[in-house]
Amino acid sequence: MEPILTRYIQESNSYTLDFFLKHEGYQGLRKALATQPNDIIEMVKASGLRGRGGAGFPTGMKFQFVDKKTPKPKYIACNADESEPGTFKDHVLMERNPHLLFEGCLIGCWAIGAKMAYIYIRGEFYHVQKVLESELAKAYAQGYAGRNVMGSGWDCDIVIHRGAGAYEAGEETALIESLEGKRAQPRIKPPFPAVQGLYDCPTAVNNVETLCNLPCIMINGAEWFAKLGPEKNGGPKLYCISGHVKKPGVYEASMNTTIKELIFDRAGGIREGHQLKAVIPGGSSVPILLPDQLDIPASFDSVQKAGSMLGSAGMIVMDETTCMVWAAMNLMHFYKHESCGKCTPCREGGDWLWKILARIERGEGQMRDLELLTSISNNIAGKTLCAFGDAEATPPLTTLKHFRGEYEAHIREGRCTVPADWRAKGVAEVAH
Amino acid sequence: MSFHPLMPYGSEGFQKSERTLMARGEPFAFTAERAAKLEDICSKYPPERRKSAVLAALYLVQEQQQYITASAMRHVAEFLRITPAEVEDVATYYVMFFKAPVGKYVLQVCRTLSCALAGAERVTETLSEKLGIGIGETDPSGMFTLLEFECLGACDRAPVVMVNNEHWHEKARPETCAKLVDDLRQRGLSALSGCHLKVEQ
Ligand SMILES: Cc1cc2nc3c(=O)[nH]c(=O)nc-3n(C[C@H](O)[C@H](O)[C@H](O)COP(=O)(O)O)c2cc1C
Ligand code: SF4
Ligand code: FES
Repeated sequence: MEPILTRYIQESNSYTLDFFLKHEGYQGLRKALATQPNDIIEMVKASGLRGRGGAGFPTGMKFQFVDKKTPKPKYIACNADESEPGTFKDHVLMERNPHLLFEGCLIGCWAIGAKMAYIYIRGEFYHVQKVLESELAKAYAQGYAGRNVMGSGWDCDIVIHRGAGAYEAGEETALIESLEGKRAQPRIKPPFPAVQGLYDCPTAVNNVETLCNLPCIMINGAEWFAKLGPEKNGGPKLYCISGHVKKPGVYEASMNTTIKELIFDRAGGIREGHQLKAVIPGGSSVPILLPDQLDIPASFDSVQKAGSMLGSAGMIVMDETTCMVWAAMNLMHFYKHESCGKCTPCREGGDWLWKILARIERGEGQMRDLELLTSISNNIAGKTLCAFGDAEATPPLTTLKHFRGEYEAHIREGRCTVPADWRAKGVAEVAH
Repeated sequence: MSFHPLMPYGSEGFQKSERTLMARGEPFAFTAERAAKLEDICSKYPPERRKSAVLAALYLVQEQQQYITASAMRHVAEFLRITPAEVEDVATYYVMFFKAPVGKYVLQVCRTLSCALAGAERVTETLSEKLGIGIGETDPSGMFTLLEFECLGACDRAPVVMVNNEHWHEKARPETCAKLVDDLRQRGLSALSGCHLKVEQ
């Protein structure tokens, strides 16, 4: 498949308005503005576009759920918080193709009857934000955003809102809370954002990559889009490949492509002289796949059938030098650090899991710790306000499932049995 | 009460919750320029929703005096017409706000899996040795603070070091970290490798 979203990103000026306009820029928006909003929603539904933020929920349905009859304003909140470990596709899209995102935001606003899109960008992407801001100013100046968009008589604003370092701000209701100037802590659902979101108004929360797909659906049609991938997994997809591969990076492909092809053909395979040990296929929150499980299409449905999830399509590749107890501990540090603290199981349990994993890794664990890890994890998963809890329980559960022997060896021998030259020399790293 | 029968609560260091109080600090008011900038940011939200600008306001505090103090939070609260508690609630939640003085260069090393697989632990270790400080500390010269951060969203260029919340140094190598510190001392931020997308441009 020819790249669509990232086709021109290698060109040095791909991010500029001039370049964008020379390559079908804002033609999707022009078409959209000549189409009834309801027909656009039907088109997005027919295209089968599924959310690229992690859950894979059909975007057309999300748009349809937005309450159209209310007299309140409606909003698009674009989720540019991209903080799932192993994920860096929105980073590339926003920096190299910012106008595609603006165009997607505007089409989304037109479809749901909103006149304002907030792009919530993570605080760490300040260098990206500066690109977005200067390009947005150009779009305003040339009539592609703001008053009277493309001479249609319709007004629509885009505002870029900087976060300040919180993974949980990526959860849709936490993102709304953060936009309102509060801690990024989720709300109880229902009501869903489509009914009562930002400032209690109907809001569609959409990932950057999701919105970037709208222009090409408008230009080429729903059927074309659906046919790019397997059934119900249409359209182009961006994959982020990192870890022990020769060429880490963002690769665009159809969801017909297998994980094996992505890792070995696109990302160049495992680094010289090493073998593949495990892959986390969809950002740190999903279960591990083993080397013999990778000959499957990298689609939402196939990866789920294999027992994991496509999630954010952030593939973290690990070779045989990776200690799986250490990997689980590393990820658990992330979760215990990022828990928003609203639910006790997630807040306290994450910290316990990390401390227990750290003592096993240091060689001070006992066999009963393995049951304890399982039991605490199972008391977090499914028992919390947001999906963070399920994500947090995953690293210990999935590593115990596939690599229990490695845990037992740590405990038996009282030391890490898979030390690697790329890890810290002292155990100090493990201790704090 | 613990939510899990086998785990103690509030003992053996197994309790997570903690509260940080910030120093009162010098009296604080935004410069006229920053006040105007913040007013402009407020105008992007509905008039009764000035609170939405609280993150922007706290960034401006940091721009003006490096870290957040109780006096600054009070000023922000007055500016946005919200309570100081609402500002403290936010300032203590997000990791990019410094709650105590920091060095001129805050080195924020990504420690999450993809960076760790590429040697981030060694990067932190080398920086720590070179500067003679631990994580979370500032060196005696007041030039450097060393922090660990979670995934910065650029895992293909691991390990990533962010400096002062906005400047990037990608593909950091443990072997060259000592030199990076020297270069920062001499040349300032131009010593950083930058963001690869930027560099290609
Ligand atoms: C803990 C947590 C973190 C999340 N982080 C992100 C994120 O960084 N970016 C994102 O687009 N979606 C993230 N999501 C998913 C969002 O809640 C939401 O499903 C998504 O933004 C919807 O957009 P989509 O339908 O276009 O995928 C996260 C979800 C959870 C539970
Ligand atoms: S599961 Fe964790 S992150 Fe989600 S609301 Fe509860 S405490 Fe917060
Ligand atoms: S793990 Fe360091 S940038 Fe993602």
